[in-house]
Amino acid sequence: MNMTNYTPGNHPDLPPPAGTVGPMHWLRSNLFSSPANIIVTLIVLWVLYKLLPPMVDWFFLDSVLTGNNRKECAAQGDGACWAFIAERFKLFVYGYYPEHLRWRIDLTVVLLAVAIAAVLWDRFPARKYGFYYALAFPFIAAWLLVGGAGLEPVPTSDFGGVMLTLVVGVTGIAFSLPLGILLALGRQSELPVIRIFCVTFIEFIRGVPLITLLFIASTMLSYFLPPGTTFDLLMRVLIMVVLFSAAYLAEVIRGGLQALPQGQKEAAEALGLNYWQSVRFIILPQALKISIPGIVNTFIGLYKDTTLVSIIQLMDPIGIGKQSLASSEWFGLSTEVYLFVAIFFFISCFGMSRYSLYLENKLNTEHKH
Amino acid sequence: MKLISKVFTSLAMTAMAAGAAQASTLDDVRAADELKCVVSTGTIGFSSTDANGRYVGFDVDFCRAVAAAVLGDGEKVKFVPASSAVRFTVLASGEGDILFRNTTETMGRDAGLQMTFLPVTYYDGQGFLAPADLGVSSATELDGASVCIQVGTTTELNLADYFRSNGMSYEPVPVKDFDESLSNYAAGRCDVLTTDASALASTKAALEDPSAHIVFPEIISKEPLGGAVRHGDDQWADIGKWVVNALINAEEMGITSANVADLVASADSNDPGINRLIGAGADTKDFGAQIGLDKAWAVRAIQAVGNYGEIFERNVGVNTPLGLARGTNALWTDGGILYAAPIR
Amino acid sequence: MTSNTTSSNRISKLWNDKDSRSVILQIVSFAIILGFFAFVINNAVINMAEQGKDINFTFLFDTASYDINQTLIAYDSRSTHFMAGLVGLLNTLLIAVLGIILATILGFILGVMRLSNNWLTQKLAYVYIEYMRNVPVLLHILLIYGVIVHSMPKTKQAFNFNDTFFLSNRGLMSPTGTFETGMWVVLGTFVVGILFSFWFRAYAKRRQDSTGKTYPVNLITFGAVIVAPVLIYFVIGSPITWEVPALKGFNFKGGMVIRPEFIALLFALALYTAAFIGEIVRGGILAISHGQTEASYALGMKPSRTLSLVVIPQALRVIIPPLTSQYLNLTKNSSLAIAIGYMDITATIGGISLNQTGREMESFAIVLTIYLILSLVISSIMNWYNNRIKLVSR
Repeated sequence: MNMTNYTPGNHPDLPPPAGTVGPMHWLRSNLFSSPANIIVTLIVLWVLYKLLPPMVDWFFLDSVLTGNNRKECAAQGDGACWAFIAERFKLFVYGYYPEHLRWRIDLTVVLLAVAIAAVLWDRFPARKYGFYYALAFPFIAAWLLVGGAGLEPVPTSDFGGVMLTLVVGVTGIAFSLPLGILLALGRQSELPVIRIFCVTFIEFIRGVPLITLLFIASTMLSYFLPPGTTFDLLMRVLIMVVLFSAAYLAEVIRGGLQALPQGQKEAAEALGLNYWQSVRFIILPQALKISIPGIVNTFIGLYKDTTLVSIIQLMDPIGIGKQSLASSEWFGLSTEVYLFVAIFFFISCFGMSRYSLYLENKLNTEHKH
Repeated sequence: MKLISKVFTSLAMTAMAAGAAQASTLDDVRAADELKCVVSTGTIGFSSTDANGRYVGFDVDFCRAVAAAVLGDGEKVKFVPASSAVRFTVLASGEGDILFRNTTETMGRDAGLQMTFLPVTYYDGQGFLAPADLGVSSATELDGASVCIQVGTTTELNLADYFRSNGMSYEPVPVKDFDESLSNYAAGRCDVLTTDASALASTKAALEDPSAHIVFPEIISKEPLGGAVRHGDDQWADIGKWVVNALINAEEMGITSANVADLVASADSNDPGINRLIGAGADTKDFGAQIGLDKAWAVRAIQAVGNYGEIFERNVGVNTPLGLARGTNALWTDGGILYAAPIR
Repeated sequence: MTSNTTSSNRISKLWNDKDSRSVILQIVSFAIILGFFAFVINNAVINMAEQGKDINFTFLFDTASYDINQTLIAYDSRSTHFMAGLVGLLNTLLIAVLGIILATILGFILGVMRLSNNWLTQKLAYVYIEYMRNVPVLLHILLIYGVIVHSMPKTKQAFNFNDTFFLSNRGLMSPTGTFETGMWVVLGTFVVGILFSFWFRAYAKRRQDSTGKTYPVNLITFGAVIVAPVLIYFVIGSPITWEVPALKGFNFKGGMVIRPEFIALLFALALYTAAFIGEIVRGGILAISHGQTEASYALGMKPSRTLSLVVIPQALRVIIPPLTSQYLNLTKNSSLAIAIGYMDITATIGGISLNQTGREMESFAIVLTIYLILSLVISSIMNWYNNRIKLVSR
């Protein structure tokens, strides 16, 4: 080794000792560090070797992209029959929305992207107006999709596919947050009547499966409406989804509220703020910030739960898939259909959960002074 | 039990004693200017959507006929697709005004479920479909078989009775929709598929290799299929009933969608029976008024969808994929049992 | 309050006084809530009266007239709707209990795998967890069911495992045993073994507390509960008659069948929930500061005892509350059974019975009540357990 003298503070970084860098070292420390480790690694490798190639073959190499029915698919290869998905792709995306009006869905998606950017991206130009726009977005979207007031009306029974998933998911998210906040505040309220009502509501909703609530929405809700009135099935489902997810959000937000030191509220009172002022300026901003990861997780859960609407005959991607599977040309291709839908959900939910993780980290660092 | 209903009632009493008078279904339909018709989620020939998303089928045509009679336009129908499990609830809750959905009339449904059934539009029976290579040719040999059924149907109950009365055991494989049943059957999850014989015919026709499947000769139940409305609105029930009767009578009298306009124009040369049906002729009694409609109600229905025979041949007849013969569903004058009450 | 207030500002005084304002607010909100419910119930009564319906639960004791494929208790089409509901409830419980056990085991394995120092297992667990968590559970159910029904062999070509187990797209056929008299001796030994091991555990703990001597508690428990009954079983000559399934006619006769609907639902729910539990376990273990492990090592404790006496008891405190909500989710998700025709409580009372009798209100009241009770029971058990392991400050 070169033992030249260096003045203190000027010593150059020496390379790490040989054997602690490089791929060989990485392998040794991560895969073969002990006999037990070696055995585990070998077993896992063997399992992967047995499982992966057939899966890749089925999914990619032997898969069939063209064909008009199952027989034609089977004749070309024994892998997945993606021709089926290709044929029905538009149905999966737009449902039965009239073809000549599909630009309205596309436009809504663009507007949705802008609204999301306004809410999530803190360097959005004129962000204050962006927020107002985001608040107005659900109503603009409703007008665009349902029509009326100058646009050709489209019955909501034509809604379907990914578009329906987005409608249910985004509506649920947009409306359940304010309701969830109110419920959480109500649960913490000092007024017994309000507190008991909120607790009962939250615990009831959280105690029963969503599918039973959807059944109620689809079959029984009109019993509770004034005689002779009915309203749209999608609307009823949306209401149930909002109520359901609000109850879960309320619990998440309650966690945030409880995490705040009592002193915050007392300080706000000492400053002479009334209840709503202290909630608006002191309590909520802090509580919501703490609960953001939980809120995003609830949203992801809500988004995944939109698939349940297929059980009450709404045509979400699963509903479309089931219906497509019933056609005699495409019998028995359920794996392709459901895997396709699964990939769609995976991409969107994984994206959301990554974002939640990013937010968590960002907010965490802000707390470290 | 009784207590709960008492609590309900007394709570309701404490509330504002509103009890707003219920408008009749006819008024509701007219106000909405569309008929909400409960149909199947997809049974080829009876109710399904074509490539353009338009509803077509046997049941669908009766919806259109009622819409034409009431609203003057057979297109003013909002179809409410419902699975077999929820159809009555959908109708009862007011989400639909009328139901034409491969529905069997039974006493339990008529009295117990508070439905009012309209005249039978299709005489059906429950049968079995099986793969030819199963090596079975009769339903009596099905001991120990797995049977695909749809929940919430009479077929489910008939099946239980049939196997029980013949001292046989079976494994029910229940699913919500016929589509899923079919998918299970095709995969071999069950040995035989059971449903109404009419649907079996269409199913067999739609299978990959129809000759590889057989329909057993046994019909294990009577399934008179017809429309239904909510119990309690007699006027609305009469409208449904007489529209169906009018279409059957029209076939008997030789009135078709093609010649009905001429018949109206040449009212004087008609026989009085035809005149009563089409509301033509100066001295003919106005039967439409008796059910809250105008004179031309039946004419519009026939113009919209044709007479019973036309509806049958267009949707399920021998020249369609289903290829059903009239059989029992022929007019009584042709050896069938279709026998509609006269309009007089 | 001052006495000389005019009536006009008395109201504003009342409003500005905290106590009276809260009373007013509560009265108003109570009136609104009551009014809402009165309105809704009034509507329901009018609507039902119009259709000639009442609220009446006697339909439960009418004949159900339909068959159910998976029944844990005696049931046939002559049984009542009440029995049908009970069959459904037991099916729900079966899925919930087995699902919770399976999900917990898998979840703990996944959690440990995620923290493994073996890169491959760690990544494998990561990929698995992310895939499972981010795909709706309904899709998992449909996918697994589809794979079983469409890719498993048909009955006649069923996989044959040693002529005792058969696997086909109608499920797994397995033998069932009938107990002979000698079996009661074996069961008796088993019960005695359990009682003995409880006593021995307490005894060993007392001895350890007073003398510091440790006993091989787990080994002795294993011997008393498992080895002894097994030995006796063979000594008195296998007192169980096995009924082996055999292909007769359309299906396998004899033995029992675990249906694809059950398998798909159980595995989908367990695999899905296990992914969440894996993350919870990982978080729980990570929450225990490394100092605890190091301190334990410094005290000379073996890694295995460190894990079982230091890390896991503390991690459990972090793990139990979110674990409870996962158990609740699994139980509630079991209602998705209806998507593939598994006959749970939602499918029997809330499905077929409802449809055949037209009693929507009553059926749904029953179903909702049962789910609420189930949720309550699970939370109570978990809360009891949580209190038991809670940090007790002395």
